[in-house]
Amino acid sequence: MIEVKDLTKRYGATTAVKDLTFTVRPGYVTGFLGPNGAGKSTTLRMILGLNEPTGGTVTVGGHRFRDRPRGLRHVGGLLDAGDVHGGRSAVAHLAVLARSNRIPRRRVDEVLAEVGLAGAAGRRRIAGFSLGMRQRLGIAAALLGDPPVLLFDEPLNGLDPEGVLWVRGLFRRLAAEGRTVFVSSHLMSEMENTADELVVIGRGELIAAESLTRFAARGTGAGVTVRTPRAADLADLLTAEGAAVNQDGPLLTVTGLDAARIGDLACRHALPLHELAPRAASLEEAFMELTADSVEYLAGEAR
Amino acid sequence: MTTGTATHAPLYAAGSEPAARFRDLLAAEWLKLWSLRSTPWAYLVTALAVIGFNVGQAYDTYRYWSTEAAGDRDKFIRDGIPLAEAFTSNAVLIHVLAAGAIGAVTVVGEYGSGLIRTTFAAVPARRSVMAAKVVVVAAVTTVFGALVALVSFFSTQAILNGRDIGVSLDHPGALRVVVASALITPVAALVGMAIGTLLRHMGSTMIVTVATLLVLPMVVSPDRHWSALIAHALPFPAWRRLTEPGGHLAAYPWSEGGAWTVYAVWALAAAAVTVCSVHRRDQ
Repeated sequence: MIEVKDLTKRYGATTAVKDLTFTVRPGYVTGFLGPNGAGKSTTLRMILGLNEPTGGTVTVGGHRFRDRPRGLRHVGGLLDAGDVHGGRSAVAHLAVLARSNRIPRRRVDEVLAEVGLAGAAGRRRIAGFSLGMRQRLGIAAALLGDPPVLLFDEPLNGLDPEGVLWVRGLFRRLAAEGRTVFVSSHLMSEMENTADELVVIGRGELIAAESLTRFAARGTGAGVTVRTPRAADLADLLTAEGAAVNQDGPLLTVTGLDAARIGDLACRHALPLHELAPRAASLEEAFMELTADSVEYLAGEAR
Repeated sequence: MTTGTATHAPLYAAGSEPAARFRDLLAAEWLKLWSLRSTPWAYLVTALAVIGFNVGQAYDTYRYWSTEAAGDRDKFIRDGIPLAEAFTSNAVLIHVLAAGAIGAVTVVGEYGSGLIRTTFAAVPARRSVMAAKVVVVAAVTTVFGALVALVSFFSTQAILNGRDIGVSLDHPGALRVVVASALITPVAALVGMAIGTLLRHMGSTMIVTVATLLVLPMVVSPDRHWSALIAHALPFPAWRRLTEPGGHLAAYPWSEGGAWTVYAVWALAAAAVTVCSVHRRDQ
């Protein structure tokens, strides 16, 4: 369980995170979403006690993480796969971490096998690792202490499709074991098949903290596609009923009225319908719409 | 790549976290140090360079001794030249520079790579981590300094003995030269480490370390009172005071005890800076 309350972090005049409050529950994979620069990494660092909050509190399992003398049995974190020394082998890197937390040496081989770096790969120097291999090593380090809480910052970067599939399975399994799994990403599509819960932030402020399904329903992209030879008449009719209508030849995209109401109205006015299809908003659209105002770095046009 | 299945019972479920021990951190830092291929190389190259400088100087003396009058032998030893050649001031410059860099890289290497975040996430007790680093670096550089100083002493005196002008370790002041040269190693390493912890960047760390350990002592003059006061508070002049004959005859003399104290104060202050400065700062 991770509890974040009124969390604020300022760097001089810049506010990276502002009054953030949310709870990450055990037993679920919780996605942590936001555009680049939204404050995800800053928040994760504050959870791990690496950065001190300017205001507010964050606890893991009811304790401030920094008050723990040793951390790996409480929280396993992968902040940046590059946070390793390239001169060491994967085995040596993990052996050092295990030793510092009094974790049996055999766990090193166990977690390396778990992430698929057993054998020769584990004895190679990390400098020669691909990003995908570094992500696997970072995941291995997070698993080392068999912790009840796991944090991953953009863990899918650099993984091949097989790796992405494996990571998704791993996260689901960790959550099924009753652990808290908190995974950040700036891509909604990465979360679509992985997360049960979502925490969405933009420009350091909370936008949503709810289940994936509820979040998807927020998207105004949800609407109804209607095909009719009398498109203009139907459009006028629906607009009069308070819907927003977008006409493209015989095709109407309607938002604000559901398919049943549209069908009834068309029937009552004897307008023929050739197609009537409700369209669910994709998570990606919901995410884009909700974060549109808070994108820090917008390409192409001046804001 | 295949994925295994966890068959072990969860470590956390039992609530059986073992007590945090400082010696685990010491062992981890020890592993960390020697799991880098560059570590033995850094020590080996430094040792060869320093011993090489000392041996070269002694060989030079040996080689051209024939031109000197035989009666000069007693004066040569009385003036303390054999001891000056046991650890020359050229060699100590390289030695201090290398020790400062070795100390700095143990911290800066970790900041530069980002490993420090992994380390502090694994051990939130940051000051304990840094204390373990300090102990390991101090111990390793002390042993290393002792080895280099002893090998330098015995090899140079063996060469000088070819002209019957070498001295043994029980010669007055000989042991002091060896110990002072050995201990300048951990002092320089700890200073490099403290500066590295404050600056976190290799380039600036090395500039400030060199300025503190080597340049500052060259700038201050032992002949002006205020300047001598500064000099008497710096580790490198302390090494000179302990190894060069006639230090007590300077315009502003200082005691050997004072010089040893300078070693101790710098080492302790550097250790304190290294340990304490990580506590508050964001990582």
